[in-house]
Amino acid sequence: MSDRPLTKNIVDHEGPTGIARYEARGGYSAVRDTIGKLDPNAVLDIIKDSNLRGRGGAGFPTGMKWSFVPKPDGKGHRYLVANADEMEPGTFKDRLLMELDPHQLIEGMILSAYTLSADVGYIFIRGEYHVAISRLNEAIAQAEKAGYLGDQVSGSKFSFKLHVHVSAGRYICGEETALLNSLEGKRATPRTKPPFPQVSGLWGRPTIVNNVETLCNITHIITYGAEWFRQLGRGSDGGTKLFGASGRVKHPGCWELPMGTPIREILEGCAGGMADGYELKGFLPGGASTDFLIAEHLDIPMEYETIMQAGSRMGTGTMIILDDRACPVGMIANLEKFFARESCGFCTPCREGLPWVQQVLDKIEVGNGSDSDLGILEKQASFIGAIGNTHCAHAPGAMEPLTSGLKYFRDDFINHITSKSCPYSTNQSAKRGVS
Amino acid sequence: MPNIIVDGQTIEAKDGANLLEVLLNEGINVPYFCWHPAMGSIGACRQCAVVGYANEDDTRGRIMMSCMTPVSEGARFSVNADNAESFRESVVENLMLNHPHDCPVCEEGGECHLQDMTVMVGHRDRQYEGLKTTYRNQYLGPFIGHEMNRCITCYRCVRYYKDYAGGDDLSAFGSRDRVFFGRAESGVLENEFAGNLIEVCPTGVFTDKTFSKHYTRKWDLQTAPTVCQSCSLGCNTYTSERYGEVRRVHNRYNHEVNGYFLCDRGRFGAGHVNSANRIPQAGIRNSDGRYDPVDLETALSAVSDLMSSSDGLIGIGSPRASLEANEALIQLVGEENYCNGMTDNECEMHQVILDVLASDLITPAMAEVEDYDAIIIVGEDITNHAPRLALSIRQSIRQRAGELAESSGIALWHDAAVRELAQAEKSPLTLLTPMADRLDDVATHSIRLAPNEIINKTIEITNAVNDATPSSAREIAQTLIEAKKPLIVSGTSLNSPNILKATTNLAIAVAQHNPETGIFLCAHESNSVGASLLGSDRSGEALLATKPNTAIVLENDIYSRFAEGALESIDHLVVLTPLDDSTASQADVVLPAGSFAEAEGTFINSEGRSQRSMVVFKPKGDIAPSYQLLTRLAGHAKQASTLRSELAARHEALQPITSIAPNEQFRIAGSKVARMTHRSSGRTAMSADISVREKRQPEDQESALAFTMEGNQQQAPAALRTYSWSPGWNSNQSIHKFQDEVGGPDRSAVDKRPLFEQTRRLTPYDISVESEFDPGQIVILQQHIFGSDPSSNEAEEIASLIPQPYVRMNSTTASSLALTHRGGAKCRDIEMMVLVDDDVAEGCLIYPSIPATTALAGVASTDFTAIEGWIAPSEAVKASLITTDGAR
Repeated sequence: MSDRPLTKNIVDHEGPTGIARYEARGGYSAVRDTIGKLDPNAVLDIIKDSNLRGRGGAGFPTGMKWSFVPKPDGKGHRYLVANADEMEPGTFKDRLLMELDPHQLIEGMILSAYTLSADVGYIFIRGEYHVAISRLNEAIAQAEKAGYLGDQVSGSKFSFKLHVHVSAGRYICGEETALLNSLEGKRATPRTKPPFPQVSGLWGRPTIVNNVETLCNITHIITYGAEWFRQLGRGSDGGTKLFGASGRVKHPGCWELPMGTPIREILEGCAGGMADGYELKGFLPGGASTDFLIAEHLDIPMEYETIMQAGSRMGTGTMIILDDRACPVGMIANLEKFFARESCGFCTPCREGLPWVQQVLDKIEVGNGSDSDLGILEKQASFIGAIGNTHCAHAPGAMEPLTSGLKYFRDDFINHITSKSCPYSTNQSAKRGVS
Repeated sequence: MPNIIVDGQTIEAKDGANLLEVLLNEGINVPYFCWHPAMGSIGACRQCAVVGYANEDDTRGRIMMSCMTPVSEGARFSVNADNAESFRESVVENLMLNHPHDCPVCEEGGECHLQDMTVMVGHRDRQYEGLKTTYRNQYLGPFIGHEMNRCITCYRCVRYYKDYAGGDDLSAFGSRDRVFFGRAESGVLENEFAGNLIEVCPTGVFTDKTFSKHYTRKWDLQTAPTVCQSCSLGCNTYTSERYGEVRRVHNRYNHEVNGYFLCDRGRFGAGHVNSANRIPQAGIRNSDGRYDPVDLETALSAVSDLMSSSDGLIGIGSPRASLEANEALIQLVGEENYCNGMTDNECEMHQVILDVLASDLITPAMAEVEDYDAIIIVGEDITNHAPRLALSIRQSIRQRAGELAESSGIALWHDAAVRELAQAEKSPLTLLTPMADRLDDVATHSIRLAPNEIINKTIEITNAVNDATPSSAREIAQTLIEAKKPLIVSGTSLNSPNILKATTNLAIAVAQHNPETGIFLCAHESNSVGASLLGSDRSGEALLATKPNTAIVLENDIYSRFAEGALESIDHLVVLTPLDDSTASQADVVLPAGSFAEAEGTFINSEGRSQRSMVVFKPKGDIAPSYQLLTRLAGHAKQASTLRSELAARHEALQPITSIAPNEQFRIAGSKVARMTHRSSGRTAMSADISVREKRQPEDQESALAFTMEGNQQQAPAALRTYSWSPGWNSNQSIHKFQDEVGGPDRSAVDKRPLFEQTRRLTPYDISVESEFDPGQIVILQQHIFGSDPSSNEAEEIASLIPQPYVRMNSTTASSLALTHRGGAKCRDIEMMVLVDDDVAEGCLIYPSIPATTALAGVASTDFTAIEGWIAPSEAVKASLITTDGAR
């Protein structure tokens, strides 16, 4: 029993874990012990009991999500999809898991599919992850050969075919229903919920979409039990989580830590604190689409509820650090440029509203801002920013760094407008922000 | 029916409706773009936002899209809440960021849904200072203009074109604020219903090119309700005029017939009214064989002389002319000397249609076809022969999707979700046709058979209805008997009475299992059913066999319709026609008949529905409605309403035609119904270059419509309403103000008494196939939506899409005739391209029914011979290639 189950096979200089080493370290024993031996409903109860929450950003309880899948009707396929379209700026945790321990994801998917009576699985992966793509394909071939994938998994009646689908590259494909449309060969436009994918998903069939890290946890929960998983966390959320930090810190990186680890421990412990000569000005705790927090929040534990109470979201758990020499307006303008570019173009507030926000921010950043611009930003942020105003969560997410930026760094915005220039502009590289 | 509370008022909501529909039904103005009554909701534009409250104590509520919100008992909403209003204003503000504000030069102006919605939300001041996105526009063919800069990205066009009409050459490209709606590359839009994009688009991206060519402000048009003449379905249209020319045709909503959509032949085919081939005035043939133009009085007295000196006078009526015109001819020549102008074969086919209409078999209205959950089409090329019906059949295959949605608890208006759930699932649709069909993509069984085999197969399926022995016929029969509502469709495009009889027998057999069974038989022309009622007992051939020497021909190109020999005895010919044709060129006297836009008339469509088409504008010079010319010949001009009453007095069954629309006596508060809009601004300017004094408008003695802007409009019943308008709603979306519920029937009362009693029990027909087709010698005339209707062919834009002559056959037939793919073939001096296509039934030769091939009537397959070394004219290649793809 490891206290860092997700990365226990990831050892410096060992390279990716092949099937032999994976099995030697206990891999696939959960498949052998579970498939055809444990009732899928009993497995579902374990997952529910573990209180595992989705690691993709929204933090929805996995067991509850799974319980909405209707009982098999025998009328066609049921799908399990791993969301490996990791395009959140500043986030690189799933990449680590897929590149260095691909069998962990595959085993987690086999067990999940068994629980859900899904017979076909897809790993929907961003095209830039070419190393992960080839390692996953290789690992799938090994697992098929070993009888863990394909017809009659481990000699049981359960069959599961797993495919890797390489995305053409849109941020919106990380939204689970846009992902399904894309997988069907359609425009990557999110669908309206309800109906939820559990009822009408891929090709109209029951479908579960989970983040890679979420699926990787399944094997360990089944092996060691819900109680063990819950106790891994330091607070109310169970399990461990891959946390990361990027920006002007001494050691940017990604670490597996217990849920509820205080932000300060991650930033000052794992990342070694700010780089010499830089002060912390703020940080996005869970990727680009989360609200800024500032130094006063450093002692908050990284947990879904506590981060929410602080006014942000845990998101993917990978922080982007804003230092005192980077222009916050420039950073936000850069982020909004990304979000405007990645809008799918379906609904009006997102499609038209984000480019306007981006234009106003660019204007302020280069010193052409006017007094009315902050009013436009605030009006647009409230127009675009509420869930329900838009078709999906893309635009509300995009507004999180802006609204929090206007709150914490308002003086910087005003300075840009009154001085008609960017006060940080002597440092051009910092001005471009952290990306 | 749940009660909901909106801004404090309790509203009884329709079961299963979404909130937007409920609000519109209640007369509450809520702006919207992406929702469409025929296409449901997707929630893209976010324009119809309202505030929804969780309960009585919730005072803040949250923004929700009314089109995506189901209603339930006690639910509370606000349309007028400040946050709802400011949200809706922001939506328009954001939509307008990239809109060019080119209203003064935009074809949509004055009828623009975007203008209406912008005014409705009160957005006025712009804060945006950035650049606007611009696009390169595409050539989309002769009908539709493209101006992408005006686009507000509501997705209605692609949803209509791809999802509703089944087109595959219009898509959304790109993403973010640069979504482009167009084709992969410039080219003619292939779908036969593309013209509806003009009305579906809420602004001026897709515009009517035929209208733009001689553009006028829409409020300066003079408009009347008309009935489309280009096939037998009788779609309801508005036809608009200015300066004595028809400027455009657009959809006139009829809940039971065409709903919100028309086909492109109907929409763009009215150019024949302005054609250079019009007969502008009367003509008498002189001794040189040329025509001397004469005034109408002279011509009429010449006709009277011919009539009085004739040795056997007959009147040849027309299935393309109104009941009134045919009745006037009957009164002139006497019933015993009249025929309806159809051939033996046509009479026999349409007699089957009359039998069915009068029987207890159900003939659904065209819109009701969408409710049938299993369909078989027997030997009819719906898309080319009765196009609008194909669009309804395309919706019917979604019955299966509806069932799936219902079982999954998804509302039918939730369009995207229903399509995502159902994917490729469709209700059974069987096609028995001699070649590839435009409905193949939605068919579950597409079977290619020669016409005689179609009859045999239909007989087999009929037998299999009551014989459970497994067979391919039984499989098809099963789709029909297992359906909740099966529909059997056929028509006259293969010119085979036996196909219609076999189809009817099948319907009789299926109806014994299921009284809900429907049958829809497509007649051939706009008034084929009406003309048949007036005299299907005697064909043209039968009347001509009496060897008359003088004939008066009403709007009928008899020299194309009948074999030359049948017309031998005619020495003196009087022709009433709007257009010069092969019959007019044989006439002694030609009389200038009014086109559909210049003559009131009643027409009976394939489903047995009688409909009134009104005069749009007073014709130029001596041009007059045929019924006026004929009644003047008979002594004194009669009004159309008089002829209808007299006709109804003789034919009890036709009584309902007198009351389908009010007659000329009708007034609303003492006023007639105005053909011009109340905003008509150009009337005084029209002749200002000649005189600043406004000319007196002509009076209309014939109808309750007036050639002015003065008069009532809004309260007019649907049959007389000259345009759809309501305060704040200048676009066609205003139609919902005339409906009790959106997408429902027009509120104004219309006489719905059926023409047919529908009680008679039909006994199956005896069918002898051998007599009709000679196997191996089967030459089939292929109908073309653009090319097979002589009137619309005169419209320049339609004419540009008529295919070049071709002959199509499968490879076995081709090699037996020594013909090669893309090589040349010749028949009766007509050269054409050979298309070898294995999707043609064995032994069939197919050539197009177009003006260039009229001389081929009656040829045998062995009459087609190869031309050595033939090089296709490039135009022929283009047209034929398009035809090969099954598209235009």
